[in-house]
Amino acid sequence: MLAHSLFFYAFSFIAIFSAIMVTASKNTVHSVFFLILDFISISCLFIMIGAEFLGMIMLIVYVGAVAVLFLFVVMMLNVAQQKKQWFSSFGSSKHIPLGVLISVIIFFELIIVIGGWKYKPEVVSSIMESQSIGVSNTHSIGNVLYTDYIHLFQLSGMILLVAMIGAIVLTYRKRAGLKRQSYFSQISRERSDSVQLADVPNKKGVDIDG
Amino acid sequence: MIEYLNIIFLETYKILFLLVPVLTAVAMIVWLDRRVWAFVQKRRGPNVVGPFGLLQSLADALKYLFKEIIIPASSNKIIFILAPVVTMTLALIAWAVIPFNENFVIADINVGILYIFAVSSLGVYGIIMGGWASNSKYPFLGAIRSAAQMVSYEVSIGVIIINVLLCVGSLNLTDIVLAQENLWFIIPLFPMFVIFFISALAETNRPPFDLPEAEAELVAGYQTEYSGMMYAMFWLGEYANILLMCALGSILFLGGWLPPIDTFPFNFVPDSLWLIFKMLFLFILFALVKAIVPRYRYDQLMKLGWKIFLPMSLVWVVITASYLFYFELLPGN
Repeated sequence: MLAHSLFFYAFSFIAIFSAIMVTASKNTVHSVFFLILDFISISCLFIMIGAEFLGMIMLIVYVGAVAVLFLFVVMMLNVAQQKKQWFSSFGSSKHIPLGVLISVIIFFELIIVIGGWKYKPEVVSSIMESQSIGVSNTHSIGNVLYTDYIHLFQLSGMILLVAMIGAIVLTYRKRAGLKRQSYFSQISRERSDSVQLADVPNKKGVDIDG
Repeated sequence: MIEYLNIIFLETYKILFLLVPVLTAVAMIVWLDRRVWAFVQKRRGPNVVGPFGLLQSLADALKYLFKEIIIPASSNKIIFILAPVVTMTLALIAWAVIPFNENFVIADINVGILYIFAVSSLGVYGIIMGGWASNSKYPFLGAIRSAAQMVSYEVSIGVIIINVLLCVGSLNLTDIVLAQENLWFIIPLFPMFVIFFISALAETNRPPFDLPEAEAELVAGYQTEYSGMMYAMFWLGEYANILLMCALGSILFLGGWLPPIDTFPFNFVPDSLWLIFKMLFLFILFALVKAIVPRYRYDQLMKLGWKIFLPMSLVWVVITASYLFYFELLPGN
């Protein structure tokens, strides 16, 4: 138990420290690396409370995909290094009250949401049952996700799909004069499509296109 | 207290028992890779140091060890040094869940396959960090290429893994192997095995998908600014990843440690040797592909990943799921 709590405090300390460093570090790329460290330590915390499936999904989705794209964008944009940190420069401190206000509002909203949270009674009992008979939490998440919450699950998938299509539509543009490779037309090309035998009269040439 | 020390000692012993052979194997397959490559091109390959040149990798490692580590003045030093460390560490920690036989596995966790998938998706960070921290054009271009490539091919590998998981009904690697006792998954899922193999080539930046380090365009890609032991660590990490992909391929499709037929001459061979044979078979395929296939163009690579492999593997998920559902073969029923 001692080792367990030691690891718990280590991971939570790293999580909080890196969360602060995300906003406090001068270099934006460093911020993204601290964000990644934060994700990793939080997934470690998930694993420590026995939610190994959630922890791994967190690693795969957030660290393996989302943070890579973050890093990609931050590196490509080549955002200039901030000259001063937000907490040490008084010139930019006029934004701090607004930021504090917003964070207080979000904090109270979270308290309200968590305070008013209710599970369906049969869900709680099914979770308890599955834990007691030693079903892995992958199975128990699947049992709940694909039965009781199937509509919400499908709906969130649809929202992601719409967002994806929207992003593609927004960035898609047809450029003129661009040559694209088409495997099918290349493979399905026959000799008769491309080779034409012509009787060329002497000193007159031949009009291929005509 | 004694209990804790006992546990720590035992675990360290187990980890060393795995890691030392893995690192030795990495050195050996570097040699094997070069020999196969040379064999295809009718050269001799490394054959001077030791018997058959077996100690060539050792000599190389010594050479790297004694070379100076040069850190470019304009680089981001901490990240520059961290990058090879990250690559190497991530390539080694994934071995924790690989089962070599029914009993020998360091961490027999419920979500083993997800763990491997997560760790291999983290592997891209070593490359991005190295490429960005070098603060130089070619490494940066190589890192950007590699990030896009690895993220794309992870998607199809994930969908292929779903195919296998549908047939098994468990995320545990030992369960995945045991589910293949009657029929290796390479037989019903053969197209998925082919796609997995090609995606694994792209995931490990092996030729013909080695665009992140395409020497004709990018010098050496993300490794350009590295020298000495740090370069060697990138190298070792890369080969450890390749070996890991071979192990994953043999566990998912070739029945892991199970012998092909459970009769006398085959089941007399120790279980873990079967896994090693299968890994070697897959690795020789990797090496042959390197020798005989020309490098892809970048847009062809992306097209292959997103427009061919992803739809194919998704359709195959539908086919597998429908088949299993129709014939009531779904595991867990």
